[in-house]
Amino acid sequence: MIKAVAATGQLGTGFKAETLAHAAEGADFIGCDAGSSDPGPYYLGSGQTQSSDAAVRRDLELMIAAGLRHDIPVLIGSAGTAGAGPHLARTVRIVRELAAKHGWHFPLATVDSEVSAERVVRAYREGRLSPLAGAPDIDEESIRAAGHIVAMQGPECFADALGRGAQVVVAGRTSDTAIFAALPMLRDIPPGVAFHAAKILECGAAAVVERKYPDSMVAFLDPDGFTVEPPNPDMVCTPQSVASHTFYETADPFRLVEPGGTLVTTDAAYAPVSDRAVRVTGSTFEPAGDYTVKLEAASLLGYRTVVFAGVRDPLVVRQIDRFVATTNAVITGKVADSLGIAADDYRIRWNVYGRNGTLGPLEPATEVSGHEVALLIDIVAADQQAAQAIGSIAWHTALHQPIPEYSGLVSHLAFPVSPPAISAGPVYGFSLNHVLHLDDPAETYTLTVENV
Amino acid sequence: MTELHQLARLIRSKNAGPFELTIDVMFADEASYRRVVDAGVLGAERIAALYRVDPADVRLFRADVALAIKVSLPRPTPSGSPTDTDIFGGQFHSPIVCLEVP
Repeated sequence: MIKAVAATGQLGTGFKAETLAHAAEGADFIGCDAGSSDPGPYYLGSGQTQSSDAAVRRDLELMIAAGLRHDIPVLIGSAGTAGAGPHLARTVRIVRELAAKHGWHFPLATVDSEVSAERVVRAYREGRLSPLAGAPDIDEESIRAAGHIVAMQGPECFADALGRGAQVVVAGRTSDTAIFAALPMLRDIPPGVAFHAAKILECGAAAVVERKYPDSMVAFLDPDGFTVEPPNPDMVCTPQSVASHTFYETADPFRLVEPGGTLVTTDAAYAPVSDRAVRVTGSTFEPAGDYTVKLEAASLLGYRTVVFAGVRDPLVVRQIDRFVATTNAVITGKVADSLGIAADDYRIRWNVYGRNGTLGPLEPATEVSGHEVALLIDIVAADQQAAQAIGSIAWHTALHQPIPEYSGLVSHLAFPVSPPAISAGPVYGFSLNHVLHLDDPAETYTLTVENV
Repeated sequence: MTELHQLARLIRSKNAGPFELTIDVMFADEASYRRVVDAGVLGAERIAALYRVDPADVRLFRADVALAIKVSLPRPTPSGSPTDTDIFGGQFHSPIVCLEVP
């Protein structure tokens, strides 16, 4: 039997120290997912991380200490949110700093899964890229425009690192399940069991009935199935909580595609084994005809400035769509006159909170029903200076934009912050959602093992 | 008049990757689940109309073990793109919360 521990759902979001300490007793490994494409393209494109170094350091310190105490591996996947080179380097630096601080010595493996644009261009020419649902159109130019391209690895990279004696593995972009499926499969747990348990573990305590705060999760795996039990006595799993977590964030609840095949949960059975633990059996794994890795990339689209303002005057609120359209036209003219920037060279988006700010063009409600609305004026231009200059014109124009009911100089907007135009930095867009067909799972990662 | 949220334990939406959305409707009891399933409240045509997508792009699943109905559909715009309004897709379930259930 294998005891697998997930420290938390995302490295840097925390867990109770006593929960992990308890979970690590008798465990075979501790894993933690550190990233996702869920927070959008910014982190991949910019090389920035979602969690601060301080928060990541706190979680890693407890995890590595527990791993060394029990002499079990600690596995990190999708380091630094997006798993590209800068994210990996930042996480590895934190591990080295912790080792130096505590005088720890262990074999540290790093798995670099960033791929070069030229490599992807070559694959594109050879017809080895296939689009996934919603994939953007690509050409050689758009591939080369990407800031970073990462190849989402399966469990092979972790198995490789463990085979070379690693105690701590920090990997770039990997599938969430790869982190938790690798070691069980090395110890002859069938892939259907290993991947399904991994899917439950990768979000930490998310598969409990009520997750009051981020925390650890445990699964016990054997060749016939696995039992999932939250190590925190305040949390419980039920068959429904585990079954419903199986399909969290996946389009198809019964078929979860991995680099080497598909986890099939159609016949999975979920049975209570106590008032807190659930036994899962019946999942299978269909190996794929060929091995593929998903490529993710993000390209720079421009620089953003945002203005956030409240509108409370009922005469303005009731004509907010017309107000926005009129104001936008005036802004476009002023930007051309004052800055010499043509309308095609930047974009202004108006999100009217209270009207369509959340659902945008999908909003089915046609009338404003509240007493106030918020305006988010979102400007993206070629550089930050231009975006700021347009932002200044935008808020000043909107502030004093006349409406037919009043004569004289009006002030329609309430700004909660000064300055009203906030420089929001570079804007990225996802530019790849394709799989790359490989001859060998090891083709798109580089494993390095060193003694720290 | 019964609305969907009165029968469901949880109605949520989330990204399924940056280019797809998925909506989970989960029930606390078999009777409520069956009632919604049998009434065909979350039919592909209805979802397609609500979300202004092609009915052929709407994928419907029933997960009996979780007493859950799942609807997956393309995102109107990729997550985090300059025209996106909801990066995590966490509010896209809103239009179905008050659907009437016979």
